[in-house]
Amino acid sequence: MKEKQTCLQSASAQTAIKRKNPLAQLIDRLYVLFDDKKVRYGVLAVAVAALIYLPINSSMYITEVMTTFWFNVVVCLGLNIIVGFAGLLSLGYAAFFAVGAYTTGILILHYGISFWLTLPVSVVMAIIAGLAIGAPTLKLRSDYLAIVTLGFGEIIRLAARNMEITGRATGLVGISRPSFFGIAMLRIDHFYYSFLVLAILAIFVSYRLQDSRLGRAWKCIREDEDAAEAMGINVVAVRLLAFIIGSVFGALAGSFMAIKMTAISPESFLFTQSVMILLAVVLGGMGKIPGVILGAFVVVIFPEVFRGIGMYRMLIFGVVLLALMIYRPQGLWPERNT
Amino acid sequence: MMILDIKDLTLRFGGLTAVNKVSFGIEEGSIESLIGPNGAGKTSLFNCLTGFYKPQEGDVLFEGKSLLKLRPHKITALGMARTFQNLRLFKNLTVMENVMSGMHCRASSGVAGAILRPPAQRAEEKRIRDVALECMEFVGILDFKNRLAKNLPYGDQRRVEWARALATQPKLLLLDEPAAGLNYDEKMQLIELIRRIRDERKITVFLIEHDMGLVMKVSEKIFVIDYGTKIAEGTAQEVQNNPRVIEAYLGKEEETAV
Repeated sequence: MKEKQTCLQSASAQTAIKRKNPLAQLIDRLYVLFDDKKVRYGVLAVAVAALIYLPINSSMYITEVMTTFWFNVVVCLGLNIIVGFAGLLSLGYAAFFAVGAYTTGILILHYGISFWLTLPVSVVMAIIAGLAIGAPTLKLRSDYLAIVTLGFGEIIRLAARNMEITGRATGLVGISRPSFFGIAMLRIDHFYYSFLVLAILAIFVSYRLQDSRLGRAWKCIREDEDAAEAMGINVVAVRLLAFIIGSVFGALAGSFMAIKMTAISPESFLFTQSVMILLAVVLGGMGKIPGVILGAFVVVIFPEVFRGIGMYRMLIFGVVLLALMIYRPQGLWPERNT
Repeated sequence: MMILDIKDLTLRFGGLTAVNKVSFGIEEGSIESLIGPNGAGKTSLFNCLTGFYKPQEGDVLFEGKSLLKLRPHKITALGMARTFQNLRLFKNLTVMENVMSGMHCRASSGVAGAILRPPAQRAEEKRIRDVALECMEFVGILDFKNRLAKNLPYGDQRRVEWARALATQPKLLLLDEPAAGLNYDEKMQLIELIRRIRDERKITVFLIEHDMGLVMKVSEKIFVIDYGTKIAEGTAQEVQNNPRVIEAYLGKEEETAV
């Protein structure tokens, strides 16, 4: 009797795997194919080789757009840790890369410190910023948290606009570019490669975190904070870590942005920036790393592709987004069948 | 020896006293139950024990250590696990991930461990997986390990919750209405499971339950509360014949006559 029951159970577990839709079947087959390590690393190697080759054979315009894309991948994956993994809705993410950009800018301009040495300081400032927003909002959830983070983003921008050290409304101008092992970082392809390396690091770290004790704890508090606490998860510590790590991603991207642009101003960190990043994360599929990368790609590429139709492109972009959120609220990236 | 000692526990919500000077102890290695009519304060009492509510008076001692100042995750780490009355699974996670979450407090690797994956972290991950697999096998849900929790039938979702609680490797397991929503066969399996938890895993079990048949069959000692006050304790037989218990469940004779 008991054997029969378990036999029935396993049969039902297996039948659930077949899906009718041919596209869904294809996706399932691709997922299974990708489970093979040889296939996965093979595809990755080809992709990385193509991405390294890209600036050598492309116009400056394409390299520039792709550099923006890699920058967006880093910040989107950073926000994904807060919003996607831990489920903490944040509307002030631009503040975190403002912290990185201003830290690097101020240290180079006012103190003449080498760019590479400003990075650890930038990380420390990011940790402080993550704690500053994480600690007071520990008891807040969803909409309330969104409002406070929105306020935090504005506070950072307005502080930068009014403080002497951040150059007030004009911001910081003439941030010198560093050299990397004797090569002065002046050309766009230098920045393309810097952001590519940063993005690959961000992807690597995201995957490692996702598949770890901490990553699972984030998913648990996203699903149910009380149950997570009952399972022995220190919800306070885990939430703070999400803010801190997300903030570090943003600050590092911000530091590199400061030397790429050589000038930063409070207007580089507007609320719309935070929204565009959140948009990319939600569009691709919150919590799904390939989805977030796809989201970053769409957000960067769409306005470029439709540049020809001028100002109407944002209108079309808006309509497409609306349609997507209505018909595919879980995001673009297909879910694995479970 | 008492594994859990509750002393004069009082919990008030404003003017309402949900738990009123309740005292009793749970014997180590036993299966004991808490019963009472709807709204008697059973779940409130459970929530005091597990740190979700902060009682105003009294004390709760777990192996001699007071739990009142501790947050729930610390209490779980000390060795007291709980399940919830209405299922509180991580619905969009797989069964495996749900059960693995129970091992969180028995592991320690952090950010650096996750990113760099040194041998210690890999060994720890393997240990977490092994314990989770063993707990899933123990309650009989191993076949579902890669399914999302929300896609399982209700009875199996209950099992996921038990496996998840067992994965915290508790000394004392608190089950809040574990039989709610189960059919007859599943209830029989639950009785067997509760006994196996105690006999094979040496875990003390304390449950709140409405199903009297199950309570009477499985418990070695029963505590009865009504309006937040303990009105009886003893074996199934003693409690069933206690006039105050009969009164609490069925009402006084004069009242029913009206």
